[in-house]
Parts: sequence; structure tokens; C-alpha cells
Amino acid sequence: MIQYEKFTLDNGLRVLVHQDKSTPMAVVNVIYDVGARDENPDKTGFAHLFEHLMFGGSINIPSYDEPLQVAGGENNAFTTNDLTNYYCQLPVENIETAFWLESDRMLSLAFDAKSLAVQRKVVCEEFKEHYINKPYGDVWHKMRELSYIRHPYRWMTIGKELKHVEDVKLQDVKDFFLKHYTPANAVLVVAGNVTLDAVKILAQKWFGPIAAGDKYQRNLPIEPVQTVPRFLEVKAKVPIDALYKCWHICSRLDKRYYATELITEILSGGGSSRLFQALVKEKKLFSNIDCSHSGSTDAGLLSIEGKLVKGVSMKDAEAALMEEIYTLQQKGISEKELQKVKNKTESMLAFEDMSVMSRATNLAMYELLGDANLINTELDKYQAVTSEELLNESKAIFHENNCNTIYYYSNN
Amino acid sequence: MLNRTSPPDIKDAIEFNLELKPYEKFVLDNGVEVYAIDAGAQDVLQMEMVFYAGNCFEKNNAVATATSYMLKTGTSSKTAFEINEHFEYFGAYCNRSCQNETASVSLHTLSKHLPVLLPVIKEMITDSIFPEEELAIYIQNSKQQLSVSLQKCDFVANRLIDAFLFGENHPYGKYTVAADYDALTTTQLKEHFQQYYLNGHCVIFVAGKLPADLFTVLNEQFGHLAIKPGKQQITNNIIASAIKKYRIKNDVEGVQGAIRIARDFPNRLHPDFMKMMVLNAVFGGFFGSRLMSNIREDKGYTYGIHSYVQSHFQDTAFLISTEAGKDVAEATVEEIYKEMEILREELIDEEELLLVRNYLIGSILGDLDGPFQIIGRWKNIILNDLDVQYFYDSIKTIKTISAEELKILANKYLQPADFYELIVI
Repeated sequence: MIQYEKFTLDNGLRVLVHQDKSTPMAVVNVIYDVGARDENPDKTGFAHLFEHLMFGGSINIPSYDEPLQVAGGENNAFTTNDLTNYYCQLPVENIETAFWLESDRMLSLAFDAKSLAVQRKVVCEEFKEHYINKPYGDVWHKMRELSYIRHPYRWMTIGKELKHVEDVKLQDVKDFFLKHYTPANAVLVVAGNVTLDAVKILAQKWFGPIAAGDKYQRNLPIEPVQTVPRFLEVKAKVPIDALYKCWHICSRLDKRYYATELITEILSGGGSSRLFQALVKEKKLFSNIDCSHSGSTDAGLLSIEGKLVKGVSMKDAEAALMEEIYTLQQKGISEKELQKVKNKTESMLAFEDMSVMSRATNLAMYELLGDANLINTELDKYQAVTSEELLNESKAIFHENNCNTIYYYSNN
Repeated sequence: MLNRTSPPDIKDAIEFNLELKPYEKFVLDNGVEVYAIDAGAQDVLQMEMVFYAGNCFEKNNAVATATSYMLKTGTSSKTAFEINEHFEYFGAYCNRSCQNETASVSLHTLSKHLPVLLPVIKEMITDSIFPEEELAIYIQNSKQQLSVSLQKCDFVANRLIDAFLFGENHPYGKYTVAADYDALTTTQLKEHFQQYYLNGHCVIFVAGKLPADLFTVLNEQFGHLAIKPGKQQITNNIIASAIKKYRIKNDVEGVQGAIRIARDFPNRLHPDFMKMMVLNAVFGGFFGSRLMSNIREDKGYTYGIHSYVQSHFQDTAFLISTEAGKDVAEATVEEIYKEMEILREELIDEEELLLVRNYLIGSILGDLDGPFQIIGRWKNIILNDLDVQYFYDSIKTIKTISAEELKILANKYLQPADFYELIVI
């Protein structure tokens, strides 16, 4: 059970306090309700570039990092298709430094032209490092474009192409800030050896004076139900053929989410999972195979990806993979297998909760989803999944018409 | 009116007293030592059995890593599937890893499941059978993985720079090629297992919320095995490359260059080692370092640049590592040398030095948060033949080293002529 208390400032900023007396450190986590899905299709990669700019100086403070480091702190941030999260950890005695820094950049950025010019280049190098200069690095760009017709999950957080990042203007940055970086679009979580009263005083002092701004109303295009399977063939300079398949799944708050998560565990969560055992060990068709899901707020994707053993044909590999899927759809799973994946989930959650940083970030993410207390009800929801629900969900997800496939061939 | 331009008062992190929570130590009946940290709020624990079974003991390339991997691929009574299923059913993770000197078998589990998991670990380390078919799968899949990795400039650069520094026959410098995998036999693996696991030297680290009968449970499982306390060491001769500068074309379509600039550096027992922690932080050891500020935050040549001392037991190396745009790779190298020159010629000012001291102390404070982190520190101390005083001496060095000392250190270690320089595109 993770204890926390919550209050809301007049400007709409939600504040959560999680006390943990065992640690000398405090975590200050600020999450903004904006991600790559909120971008204009012609200006993708912006939410993530903006995250970089949040470190380029705010209205009253020329540098974010230095004063934090002086106070013995460390920080980082990440952007997803759904949200942008900033976190720092520092000795609890110096916690006010974090309030000072975080509130100033929520108040206003410096909108420095040099910072924009440099971070455009840095993000382009990040783009190259992870998505261009790497075998198979472009596959998830292609897969998103194949799987989504209308929803902005069509593009990756890093952006559709380098040019979108290169073309960003300072005015775009200002507009984005005003639209999304308001107190009402944010959640602040403070964790560590802190009291509710002390956090209330600090939050009111530093964040209270920030103007409320407008609450952003999200109105995203709805992805139409897929009605025919889609295929794409790619030939690239990679040494090994690879197979990628994706199916649409439910949204994060749907009650079917828990069965979906357990399905991915059954298929590929470890050395005794079905796909690894059947396809890598017994049939020796793949050298590795993985199943995961995007875990996104809006309806996401479940994906299976594997590299083929040299000499194996794509058709044979795919047929064997689908045979495993049909077996799951027809025979379901045993109680023992269900218990296994539930036990794994229980211990995964326990390990996650060890770190105060991870507790703080999770509280913020759940609050953004609508209710921080979800952090305390997740395990029960996994435990309640029945083998029948799992069977039904596997029939729904792995429907032929719901599938997107990429054959990624080596042209060597 | 709220003053947002000047920072709130802080307590300088260098005023904090850092303490490393002491371990409890048990000795099993066969003399094997167990170091334990009982702490944490969650009912979880980790156990790591460290064997002196790493790459430096292998007779042929890739044998140690393959042996370590195959500890989970079959015993005389269980298949690979059954071993995996056993751990996974209880939501536990059993991993193997192989380093230069040591190779570990580790377990992460909810504390309550420890008694049903330990017997299978015991089976793995005493009764692994190394099936031919499993080795064939391992060879095939490792070669495929290698062929993908070899397309990446960073992977190629990491292998080459170590080979230049130590020589291809030194455990820190050698690397695996496809033919090494093809040459593996179960006989080699069984021999390695016999000598370095079954009859090997072992030390055990445990941390988390520990059961009251931990010692009894461990002694029952491991106290009567042939494993021995103490360590095994081999000293290897370094045969560094005579040529220092390399430009390598690995991928004609490559858009980035993997840059590695490196020199030899003494190990932890040398008095310069802990001083170097501070100089390294200033130079390229964290986000606020000079390399990062100049090459990423001012010029935008790279997504990240770091310097660090490699973590080796024996004589080691100091490295600068980054992936930079192809067109700015040479300019990046020049900037790295410029930053070395500034550190050799100018004193670090007190403001910057205080920032680095505070940052380092703060990060150690954060690092000591939680049982797994605390045992990690102890493991480092114990395996490197140091004692707790080393921890307190490093804290003292961070708090007190002067700008003059750092300049002397820069003149000793940041001389471009001593460095190997490599760009792989």
C-alpha cells in the first residue's frame, strides 16, 4: 500500500505528497499532460524537442542544471506519445531548490534562440543515433504508419523525420508552452522524508502565484477499427531477416488491459514463455522473439518481433508463430500458467516499488490517468483476471483483420 | 514579493556525513563467506554468488561466457524449460553474467520464495550437464546477434579500443569472432565448469528484507559443496598497440562516427584513482561536465559525451566516448583535446569545484538509498581487496582535493600523446 495525500492549488495544479522516512533524498516529479500525440502532423517530434528546451533556462534562472547540481541533485526527463515527465532527486534538506527551479520553468521559459539552435542539433544526433545509424532502426516508424491511419500514434516521439525537428521556430516553442505548460495541465509529486504541511507551504509559495492559463482540451482523431490485414515488405542493409507483427489493443483504462498484459507475459516473458520455447528452442526458427505492448493511454498495439534463423523462410516462420497464437486462442491456458504470470506481476510490482523515484513517477502517471490510487489497486486487478477472460481477449486481439505485418528482409 | 532570481539557501552536500551501513558476515561450513545487508521496506531480496570463473580463466575464447549462459540450460534432472519455469512460477529472476575475472549467478525474488528457489540454484552450479543441442542453439543465436552488432559503429569501436589498449590476448582486450563460437565444444564448457564453478572460489552477497534463518538456509544448500573461499587471480601482460590513431570505415552509409579516446590508467589501489574521480567529473563524468557543456550543450555535435575510468581489478583505462555526427566527428576530437589543455593549464575555479563536490556527494547519497545499492558498494570494496576506509577516504578526497592537485593530475594523465584515438563510421 503506497500512502499519499493530495491537494490542489487555486491555479489548478494538483500536488501529491508521498512520505518515506527511510530515505535521505527527496524526489520532486512534475508531469505535464502533453506528448507526441498532441503534435501537429507537420511538426512532429516537437513535444520531445520541447523537453530539451526546458533545460535551456527559464524566465528568472539562466540554467536549470547548475543550481540543482550545486544542491547535490540530479535530474532527467522523458517524453512519450502521451506525456512529458521531469524528475529530480536531491538531499531533502535542499528540497526548496527544486521548487524554485520547477516553478520558474512552469512560470515561463527564457525562449533563448541559441538554446533552440543547439537542441535542434542535439535531437537530430539523438534521432540519428537511435533510428538511422542502427540496423532495423526505422522499423517502428514504418510499423506505426502501417498500423495507424488517423490517430497521432502514427508517429514516434522522436518525430517522423529530421526535417520536422530542423524546421522548428522560436514562435512554435512559445505557442506550445502557452498551450500545454500550464498548472492545470500538470501534476506535482513530492516524495521522501517530507510532511504534507511543509509541502503545502512550499507549493503555495513557489507554484501558487503562477497564472492558471487555459486547460488544454484534447480532441484527437479516433482510429477507425481495422477491417483488413495490412502488410509491408522492407529490404534493407541488415544481416538477418526479421518479422514484425502488431495488433490493436484496448486503451490503458479499459478493464481488458490487465488480460492483455498477461497475454504478453505468457507469450514471451522469459525462458519458459510459449514463443521462446516453441520457436527458438524447439523449432529453431527464430534466434530471438519478443512480445510486448505499448501501454499507451489511448488504444495501443501489441507487438511480436523476431529475427529469423538464417535459411528459414519468412512464410514458415510466420506460420509457426501463428500456430502458437491459434493454440492460445483455441486451448487457452492452464491455471498453473495463469498463476505463473500473476506471480511474476506481483514480484515485478514489488521490485518497482523499492525506489522512491519510481513510486513518485508512478503516482504522477496514475494521477494523470485520472486517479493516483490506481497504484494501489493494480495488483488486485491482475489477480482477478480469469483464464476465460484471457481466452476471450486473445480471440479478440489476434483477429486476422486486426493485424499489421512487416517482412523486414536482409538485402545482403 | 517572491524573489525568483536568487536561489533558496542550501546545505552544501559536502557538509553531509555519509555512512555506509555495515554488513553482517557469515561463514558457511566450507569456509565460503556470505556478506549480507538487511534493509528495505519491500519483502524482496537479491542474492549473488560470485565465482572466479570469468574470461581471464578460459582456455579458448568465448568459453567462460558460454559456460555462464548455459548454467540455465539443463541439469541431470531438469531441462532448460523446467529450470526457467521454476523461477518464473515464483515470480523470481535468476540471471547469469560473465565478466573478466568473475562470473555471477544472481537471484531476485520475493523473500518468501527463497527456500524453494535455492535448491535449483544449487543444481545449476553443481549439476549442469551442458547438452549438445543447447550449445548448438546458443552458437547459432550468438553468431546471429554478433552479425547484427557488427553493423553498429559503437559496438565495433568498443571492441577495437580495448584491443588497442590491452592487446588482443589480454582478457580486457580480447573479443569474440564468429569462428570462436563455432569452435566451442561441450567438453570445453564442462571443464571450465568443473574447475571454476564446481571446485571454484566463491563469495556470496545477499541484500534486502532477509529471513531470520538466512544463514541456516544458505549453509544447508551451499555449505557442504566443494566451492572454496578466497579468490583466484591471474596477472596478464599488457601488449598495447604501437599505432595510436585510427580511422575506420565500418558502414558506407553511416551518418555518425563512434569516437573513443583512451589511455592506460592504474587500478583502485593507486592513490591517483580516487582523485581521478573528481577530475573525471569536471572533465566528462556527468551532465554538467565540461565535455558535455561544450560539445553537446554549446555545439550540438552529439546527443551525449562521457569520460570514465573502466572498472577493472587490474591495471585499467581512462576513456572518452561519444557518437557524433559524421561531419563534426573530427571537430569533436579537437574539442576534447582543447578541454584537456584547459585542465592542464588553468586552475578550476572554486565555484565549479564546489558544484562538482556537491554533485558527487549528492549522487553517492542517492546511490546508498536501498539495500541493493548498499550491497553493490560493499561488493566493489570486497572484490577489489579494499576496506571500508576506502569509502571514507574517497568521500574525503571529494570534499578536500584542491584545484592545484587537480591541475597536477591533469598534467599527469591528460596528455594527448598518451591517448589512443579512434573514429569508427
